[in-house]
Parts: sequence; C-alpha cells; structure tokens
Amino acid sequence: MRLTGLTVAAVLVASAAFANVVAPDDVAFGEYGEVEASLTGSAGDVDKGRQIFSEKSMGNCVSCHAVAALPDVPFQGEVGPVLDGIGEYRTPEELRGILVNAKKTFDGTVMPAFYKTSGFIRPGDDYTGKAAPDPIQPILSAQDVEDVVAFLMTLKDN
Amino acid sequence: MIFKTLTAAAAMLALTAPVLVAGGADDDTLVINGDIEITTKAAAAPHLDGHLDEVMSGWHFRDDDTQAMEMDDFDNPGMIFVDVATDTWNTAEGSEGKSCADCHNEPESMAGVRAVYPRWNEEAGEVRTLQMQMNACRTERMGAEAWKYDSGDAINMEALLASVSRGTPVNVAIDGPAAETWEKGKEIYYTRYGLLELSCANCHEQNYGNYIRADHLSQGQINAFPTYRLKNAKLNGMHSRFKGCIRDTRAETFNPGSPEFVALELYVASRGNGLDVEGPSVRN
Ligand code: HEC
Ligand code: HEC
Ligand code: HEC
Repeated sequence: MRLTGLTVAAVLVASAAFANVVAPDDVAFGEYGEVEASLTGSAGDVDKGRQIFSEKSMGNCVSCHAVAALPDVPFQGEVGPVLDGIGEYRTPEELRGILVNAKKTFDGTVMPAFYKTSGFIRPGDDYTGKAAPDPIQPILSAQDVEDVVAFLMTLKDN
Repeated sequence: MIFKTLTAAAAMLALTAPVLVAGGADDDTLVINGDIEITTKAAAAPHLDGHLDEVMSGWHFRDDDTQAMEMDDFDNPGMIFVDVATDTWNTAEGSEGKSCADCHNEPESMAGVRAVYPRWNEEAGEVRTLQMQMNACRTERMGAEAWKYDSGDAINMEALLASVSRGTPVNVAIDGPAAETWEKGKEIYYTRYGLLELSCANCHEQNYGNYIRADHLSQGQINAFPTYRLKNAKLNGMHSRFKGCIRDTRAETFNPGSPEFVALELYVASRGNGLDVEGPSVRN
C-alpha cells in the first residue's frame, strides 16, 4: 500500500513544500513572459500533466490544441497551434509563463490564463453561470502547472 | 461538404489571418421546400469594416444531414412548434377576450417583421425585441399575462413569426434612438468575460471555421433563430444561447430578457444585416 508511506516525516515534507508555493499574484514574469522558478519546488508528474491537458474538467488544453502524441483523445481543437515538438523549441521557463498567464507572452491572446485569481470581468463558479465564490481559485493549481510543463517537455520531434 | 484540415500550418495561419482563412464554411445553397431561396452569405455591413468581410449563416458550419433537415418543412422538427403557435395565434386569451388573429388577421400579415427586430418603439421609448413586443400586445391590449422570456409559448410564437419572414433580409436599424443600445451591445460583444476571459469575438469573429473541441465554430449569427437543436430536442431562443455561451467562459451570465441581452441581441442582429431570416432552423 502506498498510503503506508505517509509517515509523519512525509507529511512534514509535504507541508513544507506547500509553504513554498508561489501565490498567483506573486508570480514574477521575465521580459518575454517567462517564469524562471518552479511554482512549487517539486518536479512535475508527466502522467498527471497528460491527464490535465486532456480533460475538460481540468486544463482542457485539447479543446484548442492538437497533439499527435495523444491519439486516444478525441476531438482535438484548432483554435491554438498544434503543440507537437513544443518541448524542442520552448524552455520549461517559457512554458510555465505561457501556462500561468499567456497574455504576458502573447499580447491579447485568446489563450486563457490558468494560474491567475484577479482582474476578471464577471468571474463565474466553474460552468454553472453563477458568480464565483470568494476567494477565486485559479483554474489549475501550482502543481498542476508544473505537471503540465513536465508533460509538454516530453513532446519532442522524432 | 465540410473538410476538416488539421495541419499545423493551417492552425498557425488561422491564428494570424482569421479573416482570410474562412475554413470550414461550405459552398452549399439553402433552398427551403424547393421554393424559398435563403441568402446565407452576404457582404458584411459597413459597421463591420476591419472585422469581417463576409457574413455567413451558421447553417454553413453544420454537417450535411443537419443541413438537409432544414431544407424541407416536413423534416424540420422546429415546424411542429410553428403549428402549435398557429393555434395560439387563433386563441382568445386575457380579460379582453381577444386573440392575436382578432387584430392581426393571418400570421402572414407579419411577413418581414422579424427582419427589423429588435427595433426602437417611439411610444415606449425603448428598444424592443420581438418577444417584448408580443408581450406588450398581451399585457396592454389583451389583458393577458406576459410570457416568460424564452419560455415555450414565447419561442413558439417567435418561430411562427420568423417562418413567415423566411427569405427576407435582416435589416435592423442601428442609428437614431437605437444607437445607444447598439453601442452597449457592441461593448458586451467585445468584452472578455469569465475565468477564461473570452469575448464573443474571440470565438465567433477570430475563430469561425475552426474546431473548438468537437464544435465547429460559426460566426454566431442569429438570423436563423429560434433554432431546433438536436442536442436538447427543442426550440432554443437567442438569449438562452447567449447565456450558454457566456456560461462556457466560466463567467457569471446575464439572464434572458435582461437589458444586457436586449442590447446584445440588437448588436448581433446587426452583424447579420443582409442575411435572410431563416428560422426556425436546425442545429446540433
Ligand atoms: C481557448 C483556446 C486555448 C486554450 C483552452 C489553451 N490554449 Fe494554448 N494557445 C492558444 C492560442 C490561440 C495560442 C497562440 C498564441 C497567440 O499567438 O495568441 C496558444 C499558445 C500556446 C502555447 C505556445 C505555442 C508556441 O508555439 O509557442 C503553448 C505551449 C500552449 N498554448 C499550451 C496550452 C496548454 C498547456 C493549455 C491548457 C492548460 C492551453 N494551451 C490551453 C489557445 C488556447
Ligand atoms: C387588441 C389588438 C391586438 C392584439 C390582440 C394583438 N396585437 Fe399585436 N399589435 C397591435 C397593434 C395596434 C400593434 C402596432 C402598434 C405598436 O407598435 O405598438 C401591434 C404590433 C404587433 C407587432 C409588431 C409589428 C411591427 O410591425 O412592428 C407584433 C410582432 C405583434 N403585434 C404581435 C402580436 C401577437 C403575437 C399577438 C398575440 C399574442 C398580438 N400581437 C395581439 C394590436 C394587437
Ligand atoms: C469559447 C467560445 C465561444 C464564445 C466565447 C462564445 N461562443 Fe457562441 N458558440 C460557441 C460554439 C462552440 C457554438 C456552437 C457552434 C457554432 O454555431 O458556432 C456557439 C453558437 C452560438 C450561436 C448559435 C449560432 C447558430 O447559427 O446556431 C450564437 C448566436 C452564439 N454562439 C452567440 C454568441 C455570443 C453573442 C457570444 C458572446 C456573448 C458567444 N457566442 C460567445 C462558442 C462560443
């Protein structure tokens, strides 16, 4: 059982890591919209990142982006560019910045900001059409962002 | 026929030059009952300069089977509700004991009316949608209760009034006393709402022709409303459609009949000036 590994020490480590999470309003962007430091200090999980990328209730990136490496995910969108080989020509810092708030990299882009909690007009509570509860939660958590960055870095041309 | 080209080059091109790459709109022509020719593509109105060159009905973005259902009234499930509304038209209601027919004769007397609504009403000093006008007749002239906005009765009657205007070009006035409401609607159209920060224009102006997940994006025109949707098997009003689209941006929506949606309806209708009235239509 994996749960038995959840010792006092592990809990301490986990909460220490949590304390290092950069809050959405505190993220520092570079000149081109890149974000240098990990948002959590923990490495991203590629498998989780793939899932977040594909599922509507999570990142739903496939609604706008197609990726050939995901042949089992139906109905990939074409509003954004195809992301095949993105791990080849983008750095993790650039990808982190694009995920946190793509508008810092691409001025006025259609792509949503996934790690942001302020500056919205009529923010809603998920897909209910009702007003968002206070405080607003980002669409993806800090670790979700790191997981998706890790997944994107696996997309290399062969 | 619709061809889905999913290449990196096409996707990149579509991003940089959405107006040039009107991908996915087919070249079919819409003739209803082999008789009513519908203008489904038209030069964009002057107020769309720099935004759109050509306006297109959502019909062009649907698959062949869905398109075909709209080409014959016997195959169009929306026409069943037109029949229901025809009965309502002839039924006396309210304290005055009057029916629509008592004052307006045949529904055909309303030919062309759908095409110019929403419209400024001088006496009331407001821009009125067709539903607001019908309710004014009910409450002020029939002594009947107003229909709830986008409710079954209201949508059915709207479908009847649309059906007798099929083939008439949309021509809503946006100047004079309607200008203020139109400006407000335009502002809403370009506002990026919700956690996803998406405006109507982000999807329906910048990205029509592209797929967003399984959905083939149209220009979001309203010349074809009410729409019978295969998805929910009923007639749908435009305000309910607006509401759904705003909800999908993870935003707090406005409600059918709200001043915001009345303004938005006028603005979106004006983006379709030149397209023929086509409702009730069939969509997925
Ligand atoms: C509503 C559509 C939409 C969604 C949803 C979306 N994107 Fe994007 N994305 C875009 C667009 C459009 C661009 C192109 C940027 C530009 O020039 O505007 C883009 C650009 C990118 C780029 C940069 C590509 C390059 O060639 O440099 C990456 C990486 C990316 N998106 C990843 C993601 C990930 C990961 C998600 C999910 C968490 C996501 N996107 C969700 C629309 C979207
Ligand atoms: C007692 C008579 C009367 C009844 C009953 C009546 N109306 Fe009217 N209606 C009018 C008059 C008069 C006008 C034009 C004056 C105005 O614009 O307010 C009008 C205008 C309209 C218009 C706008 C026409 C245009 O050219 O702009 C519509 C649509 C309409 N009625 C629909 C209906 C419907 C639907 C019903 C039944 C639910 C109905 N009316 C019942 C008297 C009536
Ligand atoms: C995230 C993208 C998105 C946004 C933002 C959006 N819509 Fe839509 N809308 C869709 C999709 C997808 C459909 C169904 C396919 C189609 O007809 O485009 C649709 C359909 C429609 C239709 C039905 C068209 C027809 O012919 O049946 C209308 C009208 C419409 N939208 C209006 C609006 C308006 C007004 C706004 C702004 C308040 C808006 N939409 C915002 C995605 C969007």
